[in-house]
Amino acid sequence: MAMDGETIKTMITDNIPGAEVHIEDLRGDGDHYAAHITAPCFVGKSRVQQHQMVYSALQGKMGGDLHALSIKTSAPTED
Amino acid sequence: MQNVLFERIQKELDNHDVVLFMKGEAAFPQCGFSSLVVQVLSQLGVPFKDINVLEDSDLRQGIKDFTNWPTIPQLYVKGEFIGGCDIVREMYESGELQQLLDEKGVKAA
Repeated sequence: MAMDGETIKTMITDNIPGAEVHIEDLRGDGDHYAAHITAPCFVGKSRVQQHQMVYSALQGKMGGDLHALSIKTSAPTED
Repeated sequence: MQNVLFERIQKELDNHDVVLFMKGEAAFPQCGFSSLVVQVLSQLGVPFKDINVLEDSDLRQGIKDFTNWPTIPQLYVKGEFIGGCDIVREMYESGELQQLLDEKGVKAA
Protein backbone atom coordinates (compact mmCIF):
# COMPACT_ATOMS: atom_id res chain seq x y z
CA MET A 1 0.00 0.00 0.00
CA ALA A 2 1.59 3.28 -1.05
CA MET A 3 1.92 6.26 1.32
CA ASP A 4 0.67 9.77 0.57
CA GLY A 5 2.83 12.86 0.55
CA GLU A 6 1.37 14.34 3.71
CA THR A 7 2.04 11.17 5.72
CA ILE A 8 5.65 11.15 4.52
CA LYS A 9 6.04 14.81 5.44
CA THR A 10 4.51 14.33 8.90
CA MET A 11 6.67 11.30 9.70
CA ILE A 12 9.79 13.28 8.84
CA THR A 13 8.85 16.48 10.68
CA ASP A 14 7.69 14.49 13.71
CA ASN A 15 11.04 12.69 13.96
CA ILE A 16 13.60 15.24 12.76
CA PRO A 17 13.53 18.41 14.86
CA GLY A 18 13.31 21.60 12.82
CA ALA A 19 13.03 19.74 9.52
CA GLU A 20 11.64 21.60 6.55
CA VAL A 21 10.17 19.18 4.04
CA HIS A 22 9.17 19.82 0.45
CA ILE A 23 7.32 16.91 -1.16
CA GLU A 24 6.77 16.54 -4.90
CA ASP A 25 4.47 13.92 -6.42
CA LEU A 26 6.63 13.10 -9.42
CA ARG A 27 4.07 11.29 -11.52
CA GLY A 28 0.80 12.33 -9.88
CA ASP A 29 0.12 8.66 -9.06
CA GLY A 30 0.63 8.91 -5.31
CA ASP A 31 3.46 6.38 -5.45
CA HIS A 32 6.50 8.22 -6.78
CA TYR A 33 7.60 11.11 -4.63
CA ALA A 34 10.65 13.33 -4.28
CA ALA A 35 11.34 14.88 -0.89
CA HIS A 36 13.79 17.68 -0.22
CA ILE A 37 14.56 17.91 3.48
CA THR A 38 16.52 20.65 5.20
CA ALA A 39 17.29 20.26 8.90
CA PRO A 40 19.70 21.83 11.38
CA CYS A 41 20.78 18.41 12.64
CA PHE A 42 22.20 17.59 9.18
CA VAL A 43 25.04 20.03 9.70
CA GLY A 44 28.38 18.20 9.66
CA LYS A 45 26.79 14.93 8.58
CA SER A 46 27.61 13.11 5.34
CA ARG A 47 24.89 12.64 2.73
CA VAL A 48 24.64 8.97 3.68
CA GLN A 49 24.16 9.89 7.35
CA GLN A 50 21.59 12.55 6.47
CA HIS A 51 19.63 10.08 4.35
CA GLN A 52 19.86 7.42 7.10
CA MET A 53 18.28 9.91 9.51
CA VAL A 54 15.41 10.39 7.06
CA TYR A 55 15.02 6.64 6.63
CA SER A 56 14.86 6.09 10.37
CA ALA A 57 12.27 8.89 10.61
CA LEU A 58 10.23 6.87 8.11
CA GLN A 59 10.38 3.97 10.56
CA GLY A 60 11.19 1.13 8.22
CA LYS A 61 8.63 2.16 5.60
CA MET A 62 11.40 2.81 3.07
CA GLY A 63 11.85 -0.14 0.75
CA GLY A 64 8.45 -1.50 1.83
CA ASP A 65 5.31 0.63 1.50
CA LEU A 66 7.57 3.34 0.16
CA HIS A 67 9.31 2.03 -2.91
CA ALA A 68 9.93 5.14 -4.90
CA LEU A 69 10.88 8.07 -2.71
CA SER A 70 13.72 10.15 -4.06
CA ILE A 71 15.48 11.98 -1.24
CA LYS A 72 17.59 15.11 -1.35
CA THR A 73 18.92 16.51 1.91
CA SER A 74 20.75 19.67 2.82
CA ALA A 75 21.87 21.41 5.98
CA PRO A 76 20.55 24.97 6.37
CA THR A 77 23.90 26.62 5.61
CA GLU A 78 24.22 24.69 2.35
CA ASP A 79 21.13 26.42 0.88
CA MET B 1 24.17 -16.84 9.67
CA GLN B 2 24.56 -13.09 9.39
CA ASN B 3 28.30 -13.29 10.02
CA VAL B 4 28.79 -15.65 7.11
CA LEU B 5 26.83 -13.28 4.92
CA PHE B 6 28.73 -10.22 6.12
CA GLU B 7 32.01 -12.05 5.46
CA ARG B 8 30.84 -12.84 1.93
CA ILE B 9 29.94 -9.19 1.38
CA GLN B 10 33.23 -7.97 2.82
CA LYS B 11 35.14 -10.35 0.58
CA GLU B 12 33.48 -8.87 -2.52
CA LEU B 13 34.35 -5.38 -1.28
CA ASP B 14 37.96 -6.39 -0.62
CA ASN B 15 38.33 -8.04 -4.05
CA HIS B 16 36.91 -5.26 -6.20
CA ASP B 17 37.55 -1.51 -6.24
CA VAL B 18 33.97 -0.69 -7.25
CA VAL B 19 31.04 -2.92 -6.32
CA LEU B 20 27.39 -2.34 -7.16
CA PHE B 21 24.75 -4.39 -5.38
CA MET B 22 21.83 -4.07 -7.76
CA LYS B 23 18.61 -5.57 -9.05
CA GLY B 24 19.53 -7.41 -12.22
CA GLU B 25 22.91 -7.32 -13.92
CA ALA B 26 24.91 -4.48 -15.45
CA ALA B 27 24.02 -5.73 -18.90
CA PHE B 28 20.38 -6.17 -17.91
CA PRO B 29 19.25 -4.02 -14.96
CA GLN B 30 15.81 -4.92 -13.66
CA CYS B 31 15.01 -1.70 -11.82
CA GLY B 32 15.13 1.93 -12.89
CA PHE B 33 17.19 2.99 -9.89
CA SER B 34 19.78 0.26 -10.48
CA SER B 35 19.83 1.08 -14.17
CA LEU B 36 20.59 4.73 -13.45
CA VAL B 37 23.63 3.89 -11.35
CA VAL B 38 24.87 1.49 -14.05
CA GLN B 39 24.56 4.31 -16.60
CA VAL B 40 26.46 6.73 -14.34
CA LEU B 41 29.32 4.26 -13.91
CA SER B 42 29.36 3.55 -17.64
CA GLN B 43 29.45 7.30 -18.41
CA LEU B 44 32.47 7.61 -16.12
CA GLY B 45 34.01 4.53 -17.78
CA VAL B 46 34.52 2.92 -14.39
CA PRO B 47 34.80 -0.89 -14.36
CA PHE B 48 32.73 -2.37 -11.55
CA LYS B 49 31.58 -5.68 -10.12
CA ASP B 50 27.80 -6.04 -10.40
CA ILE B 51 26.08 -8.28 -7.86
CA ASN B 52 22.48 -9.23 -8.55
CA VAL B 53 20.62 -9.35 -5.25
CA LEU B 54 17.53 -10.74 -6.96
CA GLU B 55 19.32 -14.07 -7.21
CA ASP B 56 19.89 -14.32 -3.46
CA SER B 57 17.19 -13.25 -1.00
CA ASP B 58 19.55 -13.62 1.98
CA LEU B 59 21.99 -11.25 0.31
CA ARG B 60 19.18 -8.88 -0.64
CA GLN B 61 18.33 -8.40 3.03
CA GLY B 62 21.87 -8.89 4.32
CA ILE B 63 23.29 -6.00 2.34
CA LYS B 64 20.64 -3.70 3.83
CA ASP B 65 21.66 -4.80 7.33
CA PHE B 66 25.35 -4.52 6.45
CA THR B 67 25.05 -0.79 5.87
CA ASN B 68 21.82 0.07 7.67
CA TRP B 69 20.51 1.22 4.30
CA PRO B 70 17.00 0.06 3.32
CA THR B 71 17.16 0.10 -0.46
CA ILE B 72 18.93 -1.31 -3.49
CA PRO B 73 21.10 -0.31 -5.42
CA GLN B 74 24.08 0.25 -3.19
CA LEU B 75 27.42 1.51 -4.49
CA TYR B 76 30.77 0.84 -2.80
CA VAL B 77 34.15 2.30 -3.77
CA LYS B 78 37.26 0.79 -2.18
CA GLY B 79 35.07 -0.81 0.46
CA GLU B 80 33.32 2.42 1.43
CA PHE B 81 29.56 2.72 1.06
CA ILE B 82 28.92 5.71 -1.19
CA GLY B 83 25.15 5.67 -1.39
CA GLY B 84 22.08 4.62 -3.29
CA CYS B 85 20.61 6.00 -6.50
CA ASP B 86 19.83 9.49 -5.18
CA ILE B 87 23.25 10.13 -3.72
CA VAL B 88 25.14 8.65 -6.69
CA ARG B 89 23.14 10.80 -9.12
CA GLU B 90 23.63 13.92 -6.97
CA MET B 91 27.38 13.29 -6.70
CA TYR B 92 27.67 12.55 -10.41
CA GLU B 93 25.86 15.75 -11.37
CA SER B 94 28.02 17.85 -9.05
CA GLY B 95 31.27 16.18 -10.15
CA GLU B 96 31.92 14.82 -6.65
CA LEU B 97 31.76 11.21 -7.81
CA GLN B 98 34.56 11.67 -10.34
CA GLN B 99 36.56 13.53 -7.71
CA LEU B 100 36.03 10.71 -5.20
CA LEU B 101 37.13 8.11 -7.73
CA ASP B 102 40.25 10.13 -8.52
CA GLU B 103 41.05 10.55 -4.82
CA LYS B 104 40.69 6.81 -4.26
CA GLY B 105 42.82 6.02 -7.29
CA VAL B 106 40.09 4.30 -9.25
CA LYS B 107 40.95 4.62 -12.94
CA ALA B 108 38.51 4.63 -15.85
CA ALA B 109 38.90 1.60 -18.14
